[in-house]
Amino acid sequence: MSFIKPQFHHPALPKNKVGYTKADYEGSISTLCAGCGHDSISAAIVQACYEIDLEPHKLAKISGIGCSSKTPAYFLNNSHGFNSVHGRMPSVATGAYMANRDLIYLGVSGDGDTASIGMGQFVHAVRRNLNMVYIVMNNGCYGLTKGQDSATADVGSINKEGSENPFQGIDLCSLAIELGATFVARSFSGDKHQLVPLIKAAMSHPGFAFLDVISPCVTFNNNKGSTKSYDYVREHIDATSELDFVPIHSEITIDYEEGKSVLAPLHDGSLLHLHKLAAGWDPTDRKSVIDLLQTAKSAGDIPTGLLYLDMNTRNLHDLMKTAKKPLNSMNESELCPGGAVLEGINAGFR
Amino acid sequence: MEPTNIQDPEYFHKVVDCQYACPAHTPVPEYIRLIAAEKYTEAYMVNWESNVFPGILGRTCDRPCEPACRRGRIEQEEEPVAICRLKRVAADNKGEVKHLMPTAPAQGNGKKIALIGGGPASLTVARDLAPLGYEIHLYDEWNKAGGMMRTQIPAFRLPESVLDEETGYILSMGIHTHFNHYVSSMREVLDKGYDAVFVGTGAPKGRDLELPGREEGAKNIHIGIEFLANVAFEHRHSIGKKVVILGGGNTAMDCCRTARRLGGEQVTVVVRSPFNTMKASPWEIQDAQREDIPIYNNMPPKEFVVKDGRLTGIVFEKVRVEYDDKGRRNLVPTGEPDVLMEADDVIIAVGQDNAFPWIERDLGIEFGRWDLPVLDKKTFQSTLPKVFFGGDAAFGPENVITAVAHGHQAAISMDLFCNGKDLLTDRPAPTTNLVRQKMGIHEWMYDSAVVNDDRYAVPHEEKTLALSNRKIEVELGFDVKTAFREAQRCLNCDIQTVFYTSRCIECDACVDICPTTCITFTANSEDEDELRSSLNMPALNKSQDLYVSGALPATGRVMIKDEDVCLHCGLCAERCPTAAWDMQKYFYGVTKATKIL
Repeated sequence: MSFIKPQFHHPALPKNKVGYTKADYEGSISTLCAGCGHDSISAAIVQACYEIDLEPHKLAKISGIGCSSKTPAYFLNNSHGFNSVHGRMPSVATGAYMANRDLIYLGVSGDGDTASIGMGQFVHAVRRNLNMVYIVMNNGCYGLTKGQDSATADVGSINKEGSENPFQGIDLCSLAIELGATFVARSFSGDKHQLVPLIKAAMSHPGFAFLDVISPCVTFNNNKGSTKSYDYVREHIDATSELDFVPIHSEITIDYEEGKSVLAPLHDGSLLHLHKLAAGWDPTDRKSVIDLLQTAKSAGDIPTGLLYLDMNTRNLHDLMKTAKKPLNSMNESELCPGGAVLEGINAGFR
Repeated sequence: MEPTNIQDPEYFHKVVDCQYACPAHTPVPEYIRLIAAEKYTEAYMVNWESNVFPGILGRTCDRPCEPACRRGRIEQEEEPVAICRLKRVAADNKGEVKHLMPTAPAQGNGKKIALIGGGPASLTVARDLAPLGYEIHLYDEWNKAGGMMRTQIPAFRLPESVLDEETGYILSMGIHTHFNHYVSSMREVLDKGYDAVFVGTGAPKGRDLELPGREEGAKNIHIGIEFLANVAFEHRHSIGKKVVILGGGNTAMDCCRTARRLGGEQVTVVVRSPFNTMKASPWEIQDAQREDIPIYNNMPPKEFVVKDGRLTGIVFEKVRVEYDDKGRRNLVPTGEPDVLMEADDVIIAVGQDNAFPWIERDLGIEFGRWDLPVLDKKTFQSTLPKVFFGGDAAFGPENVITAVAHGHQAAISMDLFCNGKDLLTDRPAPTTNLVRQKMGIHEWMYDSAVVNDDRYAVPHEEKTLALSNRKIEVELGFDVKTAFREAQRCLNCDIQTVFYTSRCIECDACVDICPTTCITFTANSEDEDELRSSLNMPALNKSQDLYVSGALPATGRVMIKDEDVCLHCGLCAERCPTAAWDMQKYFYGVTKATKIL
């Protein structure tokens, strides 16, 4: 078994605007099972960061516990990282975000880490609208503990042992929309064509951006009857639209049919261009999104792509009117303004 | 594109760049792995089977394999594996090998064969045919076998003991040698009733330069290959202090370095054309420069200066290169004054030609352009069915390894001919084999890790000592530790990435892990150029093939792998959950007249 990746890359590997090749965004060699969907998501993150010309030190990756939460070791080796306690990634992310609003926060979690042990944390991160990308690598089972059904396993899904899941699965996208998330998308680890632009768009969204990525567990949940196997997902996937990420200052070169496409402006001036839209669906209309999700659920389809987008978002810093500068860029007098300022604050409460 | 046919023996053969480039198709990665495993005897025998002279070639081969080495493509500054010098390691460290070699049967097959010339081509024919019971008669004008390997390669590059050993293995197979026997008539040979005759007489005529003063100064003007032969056979022991060598090929390099050892103090090489177009191998040029031999370029010789009946120098013109509309090169005088170089001796090493004055032209052996015999390119048969040619005598001057390759093919032809079989349709196909390398779940039978080491340099003998005696070998060869490290640089290109379309679930794991972005899953297209440019990394090196799968079960797309910079690290197969990728060792062997291993 190889533990080290070869140092050689394709000799003609191009560099992005900040001078890095795609390989510069990679991490150590994965220790996940061969064929794990999580590795594809890692690769999509690498691709997205390369394409948006990210300077690696401007991103912090934060995770909890589980197969998914191991993946930050496999991408962005030159970025900040914090591997926290099981289900507690949102708390750590909140703290980091409060201390330094200038970084891009990439939370990586799994269905267990988010929908089971971390559910209490997750919902509050959504409603507080942290400015972060929250990726759930969703395989519907607890892979690290031999593949028991997780809380996102669909009712009736058959696990590797052959038993049927009797419980209702939690639909994290519906939940996130319900809780006020302003960027909600679902994708599939086997569809980088869709996943990469979604990650790029999520990173430029100024509020909580939630990505539920179905990621088959090849070892424990890729069997016949599972609703999260490669084959099942491929058969039932139903993209809400095709999408292109249009970076700032670039021209749209493709002609789209009028009335059948949406140009969603993102916070940093880039655009997300959606076309071939699903019937009756408008990504900015929450009601149509809920309808779409419910209809798909009863039909057994898996809607993917951008589901909901609200550009009028106010993130946690905006809501709390906190300092504009990261704490680490403040000097002592700014951080400890002294007794007189405290007196003034206290006086304000009297 | 159509799915790649991996059943075609040439497809995977081509992926093993070094082996493919070797005229004798020596299984290079196989013997390099054996060297790394300290199995020097086995490594030697793998070589011996293919190229017959591992010890000689490990020192003197033109190494067409090295420029082809994949390692040289994977990074700008990366150098190929020192394939040639690793071969020498096998020869230097091997144990007893004679008992592993075939012997001539006690009972002959009743057929007689003549080999004219005792060089590498003839010796190869002898080795391949002797074990089959042929009575083989080898003729050579010198007193020992080896041909140009003995007469033209100086002892400081190739010790006589190595030559004697490796020619000895063959001669001891019951070959009837006729040394000191210059064959002056092909008719006489044919009259002796041989069943087949092989001509391996090389390109024995060194070119001369007809310049003013050539005749007057003849005593001190020498032809390169004749000079080298005279030194090798100890007919010449000294040379003047100031020596000028004309020519920019490997013979010129051997002449100048030999001159340094015979008393030449100011030895100079002068080439008519630019440095970068010199024919000599770069490493031989470096070795000459290291021995304080300056090389002057763009100076064609004009006349020899002779005073009082003795050569005193040579006059050169100064030129520059210009290309005409058709891309042809012209050397145009620059108009600068001519240069006079003092010289006690001048050696002319400007190429060599074939010469067949001894083959009568009424025997039915046709000759074509440049007075070369008309041959079948595959069978080496001449227009007189029982006469075959090989080595430099066949298609003009090449090198030792090419002569060996010719010898193998000629031997097959001669054996088929003597048995009344068809030389083309009855020719044996190459021997191939494809074997899984998997051990356990994620282990391979080869060292799949790619090491980052730079190419190791072969140590050289101390210069003053090396120059003091022409028989002291300059290159010392790798010690076994360095040899191991150098061997580990080999990428094992013969361990093939074999793809099973029906097993693939399109999880992208191979695409994600591939360090050199070789693999793409995409919609198929009829247009190869379009596909090549649309891959994850465009496949612009068209000399390297694309490995295209059939339509994949889940999406109907195809897998396309660009073979160009694949590291054969096995990660695609390690990360594949369904063993759709597998690492399999491909063996390709040119089938010989006699099975050796």
